[in-house]
Amino acid sequence: MKKLWKRCYLALILIFLYAPIATLMVLSFNSSKFMSKWTGFSLKWYRQLFESPLILSALKNTLLIAVLSALISTVIGTLACIGISRMKKVPRTVFMGINNIPMLNAEIVTGVSLMLVFIATGMTLGFQTILIGHITFNIPYVVLSVMPKLKQTQKSTYEAALDLGATPLYAFFKVVFPDLLPGILSGFLMAFTMSLDDFIITHFVKGAGINTLSTLIYSEVRKGVRPSLYALSTIMFLAVFLLLVLANLPKKNRGGNS
Amino acid sequence: MSKKALAGPYLVWMIGFTLIPLALVFYYGLTDASGAFTLENILAITSEERIGALWRSLKLSLFSTAACLLLAYPLAMILKGMSVSKNSFVVFVFILPMWMNFLLRTMAWQTLLDKNGVINSILGFFGLPGQNLINTQGAIVFGMVYNFLPFMVLPIYNALTKIGNDTIEAARDLGAGSLKTFTRIILPLSLPGIISGITMVFVPSLTTFVISDLLGGGMVLLIGNVIEQEFTFASNWNLGSGMSLVLMVFILISMAAFARYDKDGEGAAF
Amino acid sequence: MSQPLINLIDISKSYDGSTILDELNLSVRENEFVTLLGPSGCGKTTTLRILGGFETPDKGRVLFDGRDITKMPPNRRMLNTVFQKYALFTHMNVADNIAFGLQIKKKSGNYIKDKIKYALKLVNLEGFEKRSVSSLSGGQQQRIAIARAIVNEPKVLLLDEPLGAMDLKLRQDMQYELIRLKNELGITFLYVTHDQEEALTMSDTIVVMNQGYIQQMGTPEEIYNEPQNAFVADFIGDSNIIDGCMIRDELVEILGAKFACVDKGFGCNKPVDVVIRPEDVDLIGPEEGTLSGVVSHIIFKGVHYEMEVMAGGFEWLVHSTDCFPVGTRVGIHVDPFDIQIMNKPESEDEEAIGTDE
Repeated sequence: MKKLWKRCYLALILIFLYAPIATLMVLSFNSSKFMSKWTGFSLKWYRQLFESPLILSALKNTLLIAVLSALISTVIGTLACIGISRMKKVPRTVFMGINNIPMLNAEIVTGVSLMLVFIATGMTLGFQTILIGHITFNIPYVVLSVMPKLKQTQKSTYEAALDLGATPLYAFFKVVFPDLLPGILSGFLMAFTMSLDDFIITHFVKGAGINTLSTLIYSEVRKGVRPSLYALSTIMFLAVFLLLVLANLPKKNRGGNS
Repeated sequence: MSKKALAGPYLVWMIGFTLIPLALVFYYGLTDASGAFTLENILAITSEERIGALWRSLKLSLFSTAACLLLAYPLAMILKGMSVSKNSFVVFVFILPMWMNFLLRTMAWQTLLDKNGVINSILGFFGLPGQNLINTQGAIVFGMVYNFLPFMVLPIYNALTKIGNDTIEAARDLGAGSLKTFTRIILPLSLPGIISGITMVFVPSLTTFVISDLLGGGMVLLIGNVIEQEFTFASNWNLGSGMSLVLMVFILISMAAFARYDKDGEGAAF
Repeated sequence: MSQPLINLIDISKSYDGSTILDELNLSVRENEFVTLLGPSGCGKTTTLRILGGFETPDKGRVLFDGRDITKMPPNRRMLNTVFQKYALFTHMNVADNIAFGLQIKKKSGNYIKDKIKYALKLVNLEGFEKRSVSSLSGGQQQRIAIARAIVNEPKVLLLDEPLGAMDLKLRQDMQYELIRLKNELGITFLYVTHDQEEALTMSDTIVVMNQGYIQQMGTPEEIYNEPQNAFVADFIGDSNIIDGCMIRDELVEILGAKFACVDKGFGCNKPVDVVIRPEDVDLIGPEEGTLSGVVSHIIFKGVHYEMEVMAGGFEWLVHSTDCFPVGTRVGIHVDPFDIQIMNKPESEDEEAIGTDE
């Protein structure tokens, strides 16, 4: 009985989280342009999607920025973790404190503050400023996923590798790095996801003439968003869903055997 | 070369793109267009429209934080009760929605909450009167809960999974029933998770301008909307920065609460 | 003899199809120090957890003071547990940890205060009330865990490898401490360990377990001197376990030589296991011994020399205060009462050598 309640509660929350996603998927096949009316099944929005240069360029920008910002922030963040882990308590606390700022600060404040600095230094708002903005809010996520792994990796295993004759660099890549890898990967994924989903910071630092999917959608809110964007989101969501399911399948089997 | 130097690029980046920009907000917020010191941008909050927006923001974000906490805590308890191998499943389920654009997801609630939408249809089916759900403050709170619930669930879930089984058994062993075990052991030990969850829901709720745009139909003005308009339409950076500074007072309070409980410096949810 | 305080009757428990306990029967008298001893996975911790109420047996009954408590939740049992990893409440200070159980029983503030003071004195940590738990060393944390349990005046204290996480010196100190505590409190201790020395030092009764069965139950002397099977002999202390053949009562043949012994009733020409403790092997002149052999290894151990002697095709482990250099020809003599004869195990299930530590 208790178990049934728990399952119901879990199910309700999942419905709450996924209802809008299901709605968008359904609407992407709606022949009407209006959200509130179902007028029949149609694939025309999927066709139009590939004929719209506006959407395609926004998609390209979104993906490029997501990949680049995730990559760069992963490198900077991982290096930082190694450096920070060697520090004494006080500087370490200071560094981790700074790390919390972009995470805990309001996105709107981060956005306007970056915009102010870009304009003050005379940078043209555009692709590069969006990229910098995304790297800035991504680094903390990388640091937070790599840092715990680094704590686990005992100093002694690294020292054992040195003792057995490894050079520091070799020891790092053979002993420390494999331990960090899960953290680095999850940091990268987290950064990629955050970048993909960001609207607020992009909104302030993008400048005219360039759009990511988020800003494109926002600009169309007043006149009604083109259902082609639902179609695109549906494709992206399903692609990621399948990828993650596939990536998780073998793991589950292994878990079952042990 | 010392390994500490590896944190160099990070330090440069954080100074250049986090600390200096924040300093610039302070500079603009405390000066007028000619660069002279003034408190006017901050005092501008007292205008009726702006103080109303701030008040509304505080109210709605407190509601949404409370709702998130009430929904998330039992949920996190249930998730903890599930077997350990499902750990990645938990993160998976709550991160996955982010792969559908946040603006679109929020807009989808317009369809669901609409006068002729799904929810009213369901209500109608049971013979209940249709509700005016969209373009209300309630709809905005709803949107906040929807968007920020994962940020409450994950830290609480993490804190709960850190509580050792033997700690709970020890409490039972010493005579505590289920309720006492919960109030005296589980709840206080999960407090760090609760605090970081509250921070991570309260701050974005307080400062949002998108959710009020999308679900308030432009009729509900929040402090986030005020700031956004100063920067994008009015181009009054000084005033916008001043408002941001006012906002930061509240952000700093919640950050301080966060830091107090974040003893291992592990940060938030992930 | 008084009625047993704890009675486990036909307890069985299995997880995921593997049997942990198989029809276990055990009774513990009041005021006894009983140790469950065995390798990891032998079922000793499960037994303790069933008593504590953290596990429900698949079959069987748990009687406490004559009452069936099999289904009683842990918070209503009259016994308390000291957990292996202490399980202190990290969000409370020392005093609050100790007060926890008493507050739940709604004792008065003064009573609780006195109790905390008394308990801290008992575990030699006076004045530690306001300290935070995480600032304490492992040994101190364990003492607090004990104090937290005993203030509730349980009739039985369950201890799950409480010294497992400590270093040798501290462990030895704590052993004496526990004996003293038990005597002062006058309550029953049920102690779980895989450390045979701990068991021999502290217990009134030792229960040797393996693979869900009780192998032998007895005083430390009985367990050490008269192991009932090869598993017990091997697990407790060092021993020479040799295949032998009982020729008739009081005469056994080992490695082709005949040894006089004191055991009777095994029958004639019956294969048996013979256990001889290394300190019971006397090394004498090569011609005088029952068997003769050559010293192949010698290590100085402080109190004695540990030697290996090749004799009769078997490598004998010998402890002696005399030194016989490697290569010395020696004779082997064993006094009849130092030879322990055991039946060969009937099934592999019942007894299995191999301590999966």
